[in-house]
Amino acid sequence: MSEWIDVGTVDDVPLLGSRVVQAPSGDIAVFKAADGTLFALRDRCPHKGGPLSQGIVHGHSVTCPLHNWVISLDSGEAQGADQGCAHRIPLRVEGGRILLTASALMARAA
Amino acid sequence: MPKKLVVIGNGMAAGRALDELFERAPGAYEVTIFGAEPRVNYNRIMLSPVLSGEKTYEDILIHDDAWYEAHGITLHRGKPAVTIDRLAKRVIAADGTAAEYDQLIVATGSMPFVVPIPGATLPGVVTYRDLDDVNTMLEAAQGGGRAVVIGGGLLGLEAAAGLKAQGMEVTVLHLMPTLMERQLDPSAGYLLQKAFEDRGIAVRCKANTHAILGETRVTGVRLDDGTEIPADIVVMAVGIRPNAALAKEAGIETNRGVLVGDDMRTSDPDIFSVGECVEHRGLCYGLVAPLYEMAKVVAAQLAGDATAAYTGSVTATKLKVTGIDLFSAGDFSEAMDRQEIVLRDAARGVYKRLVLKENRIVGAVLYGETGDGSWFFDLLRRETDVSELRDTLIFGQSYVGGVPLDPMAAVAALPDDAEICGCNGVCKGRIVQAINDKGLSTVGDVRAHTKASASCGTCTGLVEQVMTLTLGDKFAKSAVEPLCGCTELGHDDVRRLIRAAGLKSIPAVMQELGWKTSCGCAKCRPALNYYLLCDWPEEYEDDGRSRFINERVHANIQKDGTYSVVPRMWGGLTNPRELRAIADVAEKYNIPTVKVTGGQRIDLLGVRKEDLPAVWADLNDAGMVSGHAYAKGLRTVKTCVGKEWCRFGTQDSTGLGVRIERFMWGSWTPAKVKMGVSGCPRNCSEATCKDVGVICVDSGYEIHFAGAAGIHIKGTQVLCKVAGEDECIEVIAALTQLYREQGHYLERMYKWADRVGVDSIRAAVVDDLEKRRDLYGRFVISQRGAQIDPWAERVAGRDAHEFRPMANFTLAEAAE
Ligand code: SRM
Ligand SMILES: Cc1cc2nc3c(=O)[nH]c(=O)nc-3n(C[C@H](O)[C@H](O)[C@H](O)COP(=O)(O)OP(=O)(O)OC[C@H]3O[C@@H](n4cnc5c(N)ncnc54)[C@H](O)[C@@H]3O)c2cc1C
Ligand code: SF4
Ligand code: FES
Repeated sequence: MSEWIDVGTVDDVPLLGSRVVQAPSGDIAVFKAADGTLFALRDRCPHKGGPLSQGIVHGHSVTCPLHNWVISLDSGEAQGADQGCAHRIPLRVEGGRILLTASALMARAA
Repeated sequence: MPKKLVVIGNGMAAGRALDELFERAPGAYEVTIFGAEPRVNYNRIMLSPVLSGEKTYEDILIHDDAWYEAHGITLHRGKPAVTIDRLAKRVIAADGTAAEYDQLIVATGSMPFVVPIPGATLPGVVTYRDLDDVNTMLEAAQGGGRAVVIGGGLLGLEAAAGLKAQGMEVTVLHLMPTLMERQLDPSAGYLLQKAFEDRGIAVRCKANTHAILGETRVTGVRLDDGTEIPADIVVMAVGIRPNAALAKEAGIETNRGVLVGDDMRTSDPDIFSVGECVEHRGLCYGLVAPLYEMAKVVAAQLAGDATAAYTGSVTATKLKVTGIDLFSAGDFSEAMDRQEIVLRDAARGVYKRLVLKENRIVGAVLYGETGDGSWFFDLLRRETDVSELRDTLIFGQSYVGGVPLDPMAAVAALPDDAEICGCNGVCKGRIVQAINDKGLSTVGDVRAHTKASASCGTCTGLVEQVMTLTLGDKFAKSAVEPLCGCTELGHDDVRRLIRAAGLKSIPAVMQELGWKTSCGCAKCRPALNYYLLCDWPEEYEDDGRSRFINERVHANIQKDGTYSVVPRMWGGLTNPRELRAIADVAEKYNIPTVKVTGGQRIDLLGVRKEDLPAVWADLNDAGMVSGHAYAKGLRTVKTCVGKEWCRFGTQDSTGLGVRIERFMWGSWTPAKVKMGVSGCPRNCSEATCKDVGVICVDSGYEIHFAGAAGIHIKGTQVLCKVAGEDECIEVIAALTQLYREQGHYLERMYKWADRVGVDSIRAAVVDDLEKRRDLYGRFVISQRGAQIDPWAERVAGRDAHEFRPMANFTLAEAAE
């Protein structure tokens, strides 16, 4: 098993939007910010597990759809008064394709 | 050379007049005071707290020795003046001390009135006027014992409460049928009596004291009806008389009091008089507010301002008995040309009454809750026309959108662990700490760092007060709340500029209006999306990425990430075909919960996101469309059975509800819109707590609006009455369009109505037929592109990416 796994094309993810990659380790949300930067986070809000992939993307942040926590796409950390982290997953773009690490996809979250 | 000013009386009026004089003309006079009391000037009105033990004499001093010294005043304490020699311009005291004057002020106050009944001069009978009286009472109270207070007015009641607090057994005797009858109407007097009785003070009204009993000292009182009440002390508090004797003997004109003109001069132009001893325009006063006003004029005149004039006072009374809140002002007798507004809350012991004459408050009585006293009093004094405020007047100032009275004090008094934001459980201490530690200066900052006021927002005012307390002047509450942190502009400005500058996309708005962030945030983007959608109905393309998830995928997200699906049931009507389709869908997709909602339709809960399009396809096949249970748009139109079945129904309420829903569904609004149509005033569809409600009556349709029954329960207001269904629908559509055009995003209809005023709304959609038709026309245009079932669109493939994962590796693992 190679270390980086191809999960789709850059164009599959809408600008200011997100797509889900279902994996044995749990859902992963892949986001595309307004500037085209791609990010991958665990699709679980550190608050009560809300699916971040369903949130609104703005700047390098996403607002959780359940109770409006704002999560940084850069770090996965909750912003402002809230505390917690939706772990960031290493992501690489190569030739228009999005690659995630195998370990992130396969390792079950503890 | 300073001129010589002599003052007779060292009470509250004298003290205030001198304060005013020293401020205006320091050093202009050399002052000599004769005071009958052997002490400096103190706050007489605070004697009651001294009597009850809540304060000490030192607490109530107004001017201490240092003050007299600093102003070079010669104070003859304990030396009552006995002669005014106007020819020699000299005042002589009982012990012979004399002082010459250029100008003289007579400020001798008033004397307690002693009812001339047998025994009135016995030791143990006291009046209530000065510190000596208080000391006498305190001494008597040392051994417990019994007190009788004659007089159920302000002074008598304060004395009674004080003596009770000192451990005496107290009876109040009052001649009139209710207490404080000159300040209170019978209802408030009754509540007051109950409150005194609850504290263990006996109150006897219509009690005429016949004699005070005792040989060498008071032993009791006997009433007209023969009743005898034992007493170790009797307090006479039946009234006061202006103390004008000295002036009268000197040949100054007097009547009940010392007569003065508007310039506060007596008949002798070198002699002024001020305070309770004065009679001005036929009135003698017994409260401090008038003498403060008089003192200003005396000082101004002495300082050389011949134009200064006192024109009389309107007074208000407050009872200073801890735990009893009572306020009264003006005249509250009933008369033909007067109307009253009364509020009673028996459970809380609150009674409020306003007496109006020609739309002006002429009298106010507040019992149990007096916070609005000064506001009412101000309206009364200014003779403000209150017709505009009338509906909510009695509820007080906060109800007319004004600032509640001194809310800062209340907030300052809160302990650190007092909860400010109930939604997020944020206490005062936490907010203060965040402000200090992080240097926060705006409400937005506080929201971001503490979450206080970030949810329902009802505590925003409190948060602002905490900020003012913490930051003082550094906290400048901006006049308009910015739409969000990305801009300084408020909702209204943004809406106005979108139209004025013809901005037709979110990036255009952000660019032209100088947004501080690149692509906005989760607050402004949905708002802008709505504003653009509303203002450019056939041009603007909805931006799904700027919608909250529910509106983006047209279902309601649940706590576990699944969705709920609510199809429309027009006006709450359904049929076997629809019910069968719902049943089939529930079984086919293993939908765990099927529930009847509070909106007269059925909810399918726990649908997996991927299944949504298929579920919708099946529902579409049975003729059902989205119920927009997620939308800032038209939700439900609840109906009752109406004329078709109900024996009380006056019109076809079900049919009308269906018509409204079919005409209006799909329209986006600032916040959700719920409607109801009831067939008669029994109102089984609960139309009077909806954003828009119709109550059918025999003669037509009453249109109500601005109600809600969520976080806030708001009964609707009547908008108008119309004769036919068509007109009813036209008015409702016009109303909705006005709301669409003016509402702030997420502002429910009732909040919008509160903000812009019901009258302005009525003027546009009821009175001005042309405006109504224009609004209606714009609504119709906007509906042309709006009534497309979002479910059918997605079944046909729109936004397919939303419902499909980009990749799925879970199956791969299973295969391994
Ligand atoms: C399903 C339902 C409860 C039920 O099982 O009966 C319901 C469910 C929800 N209500 Fe409600 N409300 C439902 C009727 C009501 C009613 C009763 C009514 O419509 O007459 C009210 C009070 C009336 C009113 O709004 O004035 C009501 C007042 C609220 C509020 C408070 C609104 C307010 O401004 O005060 C919210 C919160 C909000 O909208 O921000 C809310 C929000 C919600 C949300 C959307 C909460 C959320 O954000 O997830 C719930 C969605 C659950 C879901 O997935 O369906 N719901 N909700 C009802 C759906 C009615 C329908 O057929 O569409
Ligand atoms: C117990 C109590 C509670 C009260 N509560 C309130 C209240 O809640 N609100 C309110 O507005 N008002 C209240 N009042 C009324 C208020 O105290 C008076 O309106 C105010 O004190 C009047 O001021 P004045 O200077 O005219 O008279 P005073 O304050 O009585 O001063 C007159 C002074 O002149 C002295 N004097 C009299 N004759 C001579 C003389 N010949 N030579 C020298 N000195 C002389 C007197 O001894 C006295 O010290 C209360 C009064 C009392 C007694
Ligand atoms: S009242 Fe409404 S918002 Fe609250 S739990 Fe019930 S459905 Fe949800
Ligand atoms: S689960 Fe994300 S904010 Fe609540």
